[in-house]
Amino acid sequence: MNVLECRNLTKNYGSKTALDSVNITLESGRITGLLGPNGSGKTTLIKLACRLLVPTQGDISICGNQPGVETKKIVSYLPDRNYLPEWMNCRDLIYLYEDFYEDFDTQRAVDMIRSLNIDHKIPMKKMSKGTKEKLQLILTMSRRAKLYLLDEPIAGVDPAARDYILHTILSNYDEDASILISTHLIADVESVLDEAIFLKEGKVILQDSVDSIREQSGKSLDEHFREVFRCWES
Amino acid sequence: MSWTFKSDQPIYIQIVERIEIRIVKGEYPPGSKLPSVRELALEAGVNPNTVQRAYADLEQNGFVRTERTSGKYVTDDAEMLISLRKSLSSKYIEELFVRMTELGYSEKEVIEAVKAAKGEN
Repeated sequence: MNVLECRNLTKNYGSKTALDSVNITLESGRITGLLGPNGSGKTTLIKLACRLLVPTQGDISICGNQPGVETKKIVSYLPDRNYLPEWMNCRDLIYLYEDFYEDFDTQRAVDMIRSLNIDHKIPMKKMSKGTKEKLQLILTMSRRAKLYLLDEPIAGVDPAARDYILHTILSNYDEDASILISTHLIADVESVLDEAIFLKEGKVILQDSVDSIREQSGKSLDEHFREVFRCWES
Repeated sequence: MSWTFKSDQPIYIQIVERIEIRIVKGEYPPGSKLPSVRELALEAGVNPNTVQRAYADLEQNGFVRTERTSGKYVTDDAEMLISLRKSLSSKYIEELFVRMTELGYSEKEVIEAVKAAKGEN
């Protein structure tokens, strides 16, 4: 069964169209990159999948269900900004996740936090930006979800932290789970992706496997992206 | 640390070549067990499906075999290993010729240049 399916999905904000008749299917066991420049509709798509937004037109379904209570049980979502209470420390956050999610694997979270040497007692507001992002990713990936929606998981952190984050993603997902990673930092995620979706001004302009894009264009995904989204005429 | 990949080739093909080199070098000796898909994916910093595809490719060419339930093994067929070594070496030689031809060398000049470079060292 398809983990995520969008049919003619459209979202307007007033007169502005953020997503325009998008058709996407994600199979299980795949890591897909949702790639596009700023303002292309990446976050809108992810928010529709979490029912933080409702479609203007069209359908979106997760394992056959409309986004809602049932899908929230199986979707683990990492927003593009910190949404957790800043006064909480690691322990508080682990309790919070345990309370909210049946599929939260506490031991997995504790082990990863330990390996990062984060002090259990300091609140989030005293952590560096990189540490906060790593911590949020650890919490997100510690759920045994069917679908992980990661909105810009590597933006704003240094290259070493990026490697850590990608390693954490690769080492923590179950084989039948799917991951959708939105980013514009393509060179960094390219080697972990099965598939790429290019979004441009709210439209899907390409969905294909990364290997076949490389084969057909003779270029890396990053180079191909730069060509497709070039900002000037030569 | 993750592996680095060339941009003009599918990643799985580059992984196949790395594994072939490790087999020829003896890093993965004949008949030995290969790392699991997951282990190698983490080492290379790539998607497990990509490693799966590389292993399938190696298996199709007979350099790797699957033992049910226990994983992937390097072939212990000596002839296969010799032919693998040969095919890697002819690939490198071909690359050398392609590059030298770009520089305007004839075949004969390439061979002379190789001999001369070896004599110098």
